[in-house]
Amino acid sequence: MTTASADAHGHHGDHGHDHPEHLAHHFDTLEQQFDSCKLGMWAFLLTEVLFFSGLFVAYATLRANNPEIFSLAASFLDTKWGAINTVVLLVSSFTAAMSVRNAQLGETSKLKRNLLITLVCAGAFMCIKYVEYSHKYHVGLLPPGMEHSMFNPETPYIPHGDHTGEYLELQAHTADMTPAERVHTMTTLGRFFGVYFFLTGLHGVHVLIGMGVIGWVLMRANRGEFGPDNFTAVDLVALYWHLVDLVWIFLFPLLYLIH
Amino acid sequence: MTEHAHDSHDDHHGLGHVLPVKLLAGVLGALIFLTLLTVLTGTTYLYGFDLAVALLIATTKATLVCVIFMHLKWDKGFHAFAFIGSVLFVGVFLAYTLTDTKQYQDQIRDYAADTAIDSPFAQPLPDPPADHHHAAGEEHAAGEEHAEGDEDNH
Repeated sequence: MTTASADAHGHHGDHGHDHPEHLAHHFDTLEQQFDSCKLGMWAFLLTEVLFFSGLFVAYATLRANNPEIFSLAASFLDTKWGAINTVVLLVSSFTAAMSVRNAQLGETSKLKRNLLITLVCAGAFMCIKYVEYSHKYHVGLLPPGMEHSMFNPETPYIPHGDHTGEYLELQAHTADMTPAERVHTMTTLGRFFGVYFFLTGLHGVHVLIGMGVIGWVLMRANRGEFGPDNFTAVDLVALYWHLVDLVWIFLFPLLYLIH
Repeated sequence: MTEHAHDSHDDHHGLGHVLPVKLLAGVLGALIFLTLLTVLTGTTYLYGFDLAVALLIATTKATLVCVIFMHLKWDKGFHAFAFIGSVLFVGVFLAYTLTDTKQYQDQIRDYAADTAIDSPFAQPLPDPPADHHHAAGEEHAAGEEHAEGDEDNH
């Protein structure tokens, strides 16, 4: 089914010589083409590791020098949502790995189903992130540069109404501190939330991009493009998705589970 | 190629290696189990080994994802080499930065103590403004001490 359907839209059909359907002209064999794509993707993935590492190092230096403040900061994150999101991403990683298998075996309907589940899980992850972010916005737990942040060093935002819980906790916690201690605590908490939003935000952007490319692969799967000799796109998108999962595997315990 | 569709144990199917469903499902089960475990260990007191335990569990999960889900076990060794190489360089980045930043902590604390008086946080955190649940006027006569930042009342 794969070779026949690819003719319908591919421009390979009119080559008129003996040439595998999905082989680009600048490659000698399908295997060489596949290996080149994989190498390129792995090169990209390792740059992604390095890309995220800057923020992880910022996190590590802050935490190493202020362990007690990080433990206080983590108490403002909801472990329940973090754990649910971890499971959601793990399931989506599983369905991404399953879709590679489906593409390799030419099981198009299963492939479409697994890609769709992956996409839905990614959407669920972002919805939960939205719930968490909007709560932090309302109570003022934002990076210190933001106007609506209670850690803003110029004009700290003071939450009111139903959103004072975290603020009152901090007020009580810092009440008996010396001025220098209190300034240090509030400043460092602000930096924690800076690192928190940049790390989870950069990760969230990766999830959104992942949803885009998974959607694109799903559209191609709908056209019946993938099969045993043409599953590279599914394979590479799954690799990317696994990396997004890998980053979260470290983010969850490092941000949510600090004593 | 349809006859191959039923042969899930074929190690060299076309271009890549096809993973059996049982293996993938087993890995998912292990990953979810380790997630529950890390929630458990992360919410109990572990005598200062919390971070080490959390990182050990996370690294085990990451290894499962890399080796099985990302096919590294059956992939070209060079891909694993390059990927592990990037992680090692992150380790170098981390180690050097951490040792360096430790050197300056006293100076940073001194500077912070000297300049603390300029910060609004030098004073105890003011009470939140009394809020009459979306009452029309925010300028209520509550007589509370309103700190800076109050102009952002919305």
